Amino acid sequence: MQLEALEGRVDRGLAFARLFRAGRSNFGPTQACRGSGQGMRGKETIVASTETAGTTRRDFLYLATGAMGGIGAAALVWPFVSQLQPDASVLALSSTEVDLSQVAEGQMITVKWRGKPVFVWNRTPDDIAKSKATEISVLLDPVARNANLPLDALATDENRAAEGEGHEKWLVVIGICTHLGCVPIGHMGEYDGWFCPCHGSEYDSAGRVRRGPAPENLAIPPYHFVSDTKISIG
Amino acid sequence: MSGHSTFEPKNPALKWFESRLPLVGLIHSSFVAYPTPRNLNYWWTFGGILSLMLVCQIVSGVVLVMHYTPHVTLAFDSVEHIMRDVSWGWLIRYIHANGASMFFIAVYIHMFRGLYYGSYKAPREVLWILGCIIYLLMMATAFMGYVLPWGQMSFWGATVITNLFSAFPVVGPTIVEWLWGGFAVDNPTLNRFFSLHYLLPFMIAGVVVLHVWALHVVGQNNPTGVEPKSEKDTVPFTPYATIKDGFGMVCFLIFFAWFLFYIPNYLGHADNYIPANPLVTPAHIVPEWYYLPFYAMLRAVPDKLGGVLTMFGAIIVLFFVPWLDTSKVRSAAYRPLYKQFFWIWVAVCIGLGWLGSKPAEGGYVIAGRILTIYYFAHFLIILPLLGLFEKPKAIPASITEAVLGKNKGAAPASAGVSAPQTKG
Repeated sequence: MQLEALEGRVDRGLAFARLFRAGRSNFGPTQACRGSGQGMRGKETIVASTETAGTTRRDFLYLATGAMGGIGAAALVWPFVSQLQPDASVLALSSTEVDLSQVAEGQMITVKWRGKPVFVWNRTPDDIAKSKATEISVLLDPVARNANLPLDALATDENRAAEGEGHEKWLVVIGICTHLGCVPIGHMGEYDGWFCPCHGSEYDSAGRVRRGPAPENLAIPPYHFVSDTKISIG
Repeated sequence: MSGHSTFEPKNPALKWFESRLPLVGLIHSSFVAYPTPRNLNYWWTFGGILSLMLVCQIVSGVVLVMHYTPHVTLAFDSVEHIMRDVSWGWLIRYIHANGASMFFIAVYIHMFRGLYYGSYKAPREVLWILGCIIYLLMMATAFMGYVLPWGQMSFWGATVITNLFSAFPVVGPTIVEWLWGGFAVDNPTLNRFFSLHYLLPFMIAGVVVLHVWALHVVGQNNPTGVEPKSEKDTVPFTPYATIKDGFGMVCFLIFFAWFLFYIPNYLGHADNYIPANPLVTPAHIVPEWYYLPFYAMLRAVPDKLGGVLTMFGAIIVLFFVPWLDTSKVRSAAYRPLYKQFFWIWVAVCIGLGWLGSKPAEGGYVIAGRILTIYYFAHFLIILPLLGLFEKPKAIPASITEAVLGKNKGAAPASAGVSAPQTKG
């Protein structure tokens, strides 16, 4: 009996060492079958076979168990990672409606959309004229950054302002500085738009960046007019 | 008894690290080379299962806190939010809620095993007491965790349990107000219970480290209760104990998964899906199943302070078991009388648990009194006397002899034994 116990120990030791080798060998189902056949014949045969054959039934069992365990662990880990994503209650808040009828000419209001500030500005004809007079060539970022337009649209005033008849006075931008995420202050700075208090970036009356360090124009969220006096963001 | 590490790193980077902090060597000597008695049965896999459950509870708990709000107006809704809105939130919450029950199932089996095989006896008294401390911490943690969903059972459970302390003369009412942070269970209570519920598991983990350390100093007990005397009596932790523990864990997880996926609310109470109402107590209030035996004892005593002291005494008496048991023989396998009394005591514990779930009236109370008296008599009368009057069976000379029989165990190593080694 004691002999058997010691044999078992050595046998297992060998199998453990082989576990790592087996991964690299051309271990296939035929060999597994052969291994299992040998296993049927009894302990002595297994010991003999571990010294001659490349792989054994035990190697197969180790690998199969390890693989199954790995799949199980991965399946268990998934819910713990998945729970990090925005939950259903957050996704339910993904659109916001804004009533424009209460926004006077020249007034800038801030609304919240997906937890972020969105500026809605009823621009004066003077603001619009200044914005239109600005050449694309002087802009730091010549791209419109308008989620409602193609990615390569140029940052003209038409491409930045709201689309449609009589809508050009409306500018809707996400109120987050494209540098490091601060909220810029309206009606401030040299360009009559926004000034970011964190690192001094300045934006013009179309929300285009005119002075760094911010790299991009203020982003324009996806939105559309529900009626002439109401927009839906998101 | 601590395994001598034969770990010698080959990798130069690891060698450099190992000479500065022998971490891998410590793991190697504790969980690879560590000698375990060769005759450990499956009752010995519950230590590993408990470690797994502690990790499971901490991981799922940390995730739940990401979505939970500890405030009386939001707590209940935030738990429902976890169940309905959070991706896989239902699974994680059910893991945590049922995990607590699984933790207690495992700890009770672990404790019964210790009592059956005399694992508390010298030199393992400190190991046993550390285990009792872990058990107490588990009870406190589980109680405070149950309060957090802020349902009716949460609220009234918190009220009843904190009121236990009001039984103490003079200081009682003050203690209770300080526990509450007010004049009733309210928002301050919820906030502090939440804080402590997060803290205590890490304290449990700390005591578990001490528990494992103490275990590795004195070595594991085994079904014979005979200390290993030679190399022949032990096998290395890896692969023998790791594989056996691993198999035990897998079987336990299947049992856990059955609760989790088929009857996740079986061990809970429907009343806890009603938001807490400080003005109305539910008609029938009972604690979670793992407290029921103690709850039965509380109700068996017709005096407020007496009931509370009886309940706490039922746990405190466990700390003294190493000295209350006067028998020189560890394992019940060689103690014919103790073996019977042990099973009677287990039946009494289960009986008390059943009575704890019944209303406190008539025959239930009388039965509760009888079983409570027996519970204490087991420790305070039966255990000390058994050691004096019991005639134990013959104890084997060694573990190997017990496993292989007298002749084979004593046989010297034959030539055949070394053969596979030299060939390998």
